[in-house]
Amino acid sequence: MIACVAATGLDEHSTMSKERIVGRAVPRREGREKVTGQARYVDDMVLPEMLFGGTVRSQIPRGRIKKISFAPGLPWDEFVIVSAKDIPGKNCIALIGEDQPCLAGEVVNHPEEPVLLLAHRDRYALRRAIEAVAIEYDPLPAVFTIEESELCSEIVWGADNIFKTYRIDKGDIDGVWSKADYIVEGEYSTGAQEQLYIENNGMIAAYDAEHGLTVWGSLQCPYYVHKALIELTNFPPEKVRVVQMETGGAFGGKEEYPSMIAAHAALLAIKSGRPVKIIYDRAEDMAATTKRHPSRTRHRTAVTKDGKILGGEIEFTIDGGAYATLSSVVLSRGVIHAGGAYSWPSIRIQGKAVATNAPPHGAFRGFGAPQSLFAMERHMDRIARVVGLSPVEIRRRNFLKPGEATTTEQILREPINLGKLLDRALSLSEYHSKKERFAKENEAGTTKKGMGIAAFLHGAGFTGSGERYLSSVVGVEGCADGGVRILVSSTEFGQGTKTVLCQIAAEALGLGYDDVSIAQPDTTQVPNSGPTVASRTVMVVGKLVESAARGVLHTLKMAGRLGDSYSVEEFRVACRSQVAAHGQLRSWSQYEAPADVFWDDQKYRGEAYAAYSWAVYVAEVAVDLTTYKVSVDDFVALQEVGRVLHPVLAVGQIAGGVAQGIGFALYEKVIWQKGRMQNNQMTNYIMPTSSDLPPIRVFFEELGNVHGAFGAKGIGELPMDGPAPAILNAIEDALGFSFASIPLLPEDIFEGLTGRALACESDITSAVR
Amino acid sequence: MIHSSMSRSSEIHGRSEISLTVNGAPRTVRAFPMERLLDVLRDQLGLTGAKEGCGEGECGSCSVLIDGTLVNSCLVPILQAADTSVVTIEGIAAGERLHGLQKAFLECGGAQCGICTPGMILASSHLLSKKPVPTLDEIKEGLSGNLCRCTGYIQIFEAVARAARQGEASSQ
Repeated sequence: MIACVAATGLDEHSTMSKERIVGRAVPRREGREKVTGQARYVDDMVLPEMLFGGTVRSQIPRGRIKKISFAPGLPWDEFVIVSAKDIPGKNCIALIGEDQPCLAGEVVNHPEEPVLLLAHRDRYALRRAIEAVAIEYDPLPAVFTIEESELCSEIVWGADNIFKTYRIDKGDIDGVWSKADYIVEGEYSTGAQEQLYIENNGMIAAYDAEHGLTVWGSLQCPYYVHKALIELTNFPPEKVRVVQMETGGAFGGKEEYPSMIAAHAALLAIKSGRPVKIIYDRAEDMAATTKRHPSRTRHRTAVTKDGKILGGEIEFTIDGGAYATLSSVVLSRGVIHAGGAYSWPSIRIQGKAVATNAPPHGAFRGFGAPQSLFAMERHMDRIARVVGLSPVEIRRRNFLKPGEATTTEQILREPINLGKLLDRALSLSEYHSKKERFAKENEAGTTKKGMGIAAFLHGAGFTGSGERYLSSVVGVEGCADGGVRILVSSTEFGQGTKTVLCQIAAEALGLGYDDVSIAQPDTTQVPNSGPTVASRTVMVVGKLVESAARGVLHTLKMAGRLGDSYSVEEFRVACRSQVAAHGQLRSWSQYEAPADVFWDDQKYRGEAYAAYSWAVYVAEVAVDLTTYKVSVDDFVALQEVGRVLHPVLAVGQIAGGVAQGIGFALYEKVIWQKGRMQNNQMTNYIMPTSSDLPPIRVFFEELGNVHGAFGAKGIGELPMDGPAPAILNAIEDALGFSFASIPLLPEDIFEGLTGRALACESDITSAVR
Repeated sequence: MIHSSMSRSSEIHGRSEISLTVNGAPRTVRAFPMERLLDVLRDQLGLTGAKEGCGEGECGSCSVLIDGTLVNSCLVPILQAADTSVVTIEGIAAGERLHGLQKAFLECGGAQCGICTPGMILASSHLLSKKPVPTLDEIKEGLSGNLCRCTGYIQIFEAVARAARQGEASSQ
């Protein structure tokens, strides 16, 4: 007998100690398939009569297409060829706007823009054919950097090259400068970063008039793809089916671009009447698909001699590439996180996303926040230096506290104590003793060591009114065999979606973990529970799963099939008999914004997020002054993410995010030439290997959260925000030299230290009154 | 109906019969000598556990063992695998019973998205065959040819260390 701990309406916090499944390291739901090689990814799937599809792409950044020619000597009649003219509906990849074409018609706006599609049953023949298509252009002038775009000497998008602007005004910022003892300025920048999931993008599409269109693929957001395909084909929604295959990493990189590949495979399948598989190779994936937005952030901060921030101005600008895609929302998250975890009596934040002629930049873990928080956390160290306080003390004196208002005037209700979090991180990392020791040791020798910290927050769920608009739906069904199945469009791509949602439902139902299964995301089977992005799955979707599961229980109890206390077997019997009597047993739950969470879209103010996760990270680095190589020797990641529902998966999320953050800081540099990535290979775009990483030591505080399932908050993106500034702060501690841009490669350090890049220091124009 | 004259003619002329042992069973394939072992395993033998991540020997997700040596199967022409014994991820478990490394990867969180996992487990198995009780540095070195973007490697190191401790690898 298992006592039922999950009666409808129970307050989860009062039952925490009784929880049996939440908080435990149950086996990963699809783990066995993954360790035995049986998990099915899109490239593992073969359909009868299937063709291979490929994409002919633009070779120039911007121009008019004059002519497309097919080299003689190839059997072109064997190929399915699709151009923009073959699109039955709108030639766009519908997302927020509709400015990005599925296939370029008359003009191209970035290198690697899709122009023509080919399919053939032999993939080697296909590859030769793609090479044999020549596109002639009338080139147009192009812009490649934020600065060039801002000049507006060439307009490449809209009226002014600007996709979106945001502005936050809080308090009397204009009156603050005269009261300041110090005004500290700084400019910081971050580069593009490739998501580098190890499974390249891929899709299979099949079409017949009776069933309509089906696509199977590597993707995060089935209903994004669904929406894009409906706009593209004009098919009714029920004639478009999207199925997620096992997905080999995503990190945001499979949020929006899969709609493009699905559209391409679909057009080829519709035209040929045969299934078509498109699998990108690594070079195509890296050159053509999205990356993290490059950014530039300018800070100007008014500070008292005691190190108290009076106010500041922040200009946050991102390079969106050639089409608007998700840039407006990336910008929004970046702007809201720009002030970091600090209290700002007054602030003005101006955000801007600009167009350039590069492939559109897109979603990548953190979504704008790693960029603006990098600047904030580097700038705090700069302020500390100007004021003459330690990096620890400057933060402690300015931390946001419960009851205070964020930059968007959201009153902080969470009982977070950042000072305490900081103290614990310093103690875990032996910050003070190491810093002291390194200062002495650094006087001699060619290896310089340093310690750096970053304190930050990350909002969980969609920004502002996003969750209200999404209105996600979740289903939980009792099955004919007595088991329970979760119906969500939330996808598994490594984070543990399936595992944690099953834990939540099992906990809510008083069942065992193995009594609950979860449907593979398939738009004919599952409702739209929103995209799997924005650290929203456990907190938002998980809460809905909990409530839908309780609905199943409620139905069984109301039907008199279950009492207040029951065994798993009694539940199964009740479930079976209910399904036998009524055909099915399904409970739906739809998101409703809590009454105390309100965001004003017009004023861009209010409850930006239902909950924030908080962290203090400490990096220990060593810089070798012979090779200028930086090694991160220790890394402490301490965070408060609400209740940790699965300790092993949670550590995995943090350690993986920290590793990507270390790559962002020290290794991963996209080399651009005229808008095209030049190093689009794993041999020359360097991500951390097993030999490059420090011990990543992960710790949690658990304060709980009233909005998330069993007290959980978002976790996935948070660890991307802190490593880069903590590492650069540690490098400054080691060298006494401040770097303001990432990625920071050995050659950049060499140039900085040998005075070749005076710009690095000259932008520290700290005016002392 | 679509035909490829190119591939049809080459089917007649270029392919050879090549014999090898795969996961303990003798297999004969018809392939071009320079076809990649990875493609033969996946397309002809239906062994899709080996994955293509980069196609140039950087990521290790196509790792298999040839006569006990760890290789990137995207870099091995099938001809080179003739008369050898190849082990893929599908040959690691003993029927339904998972190998100690597979169990340890599950328990420690060594597999997230799973795409690098087959290669990572083969690299780990290769490491443990040479060094049954590796140090952390030896584990790092032994897996440095296999990229993982999800885990930050920490839980993979734990998995290998756990499997080594339990001595499962040596008993297999």
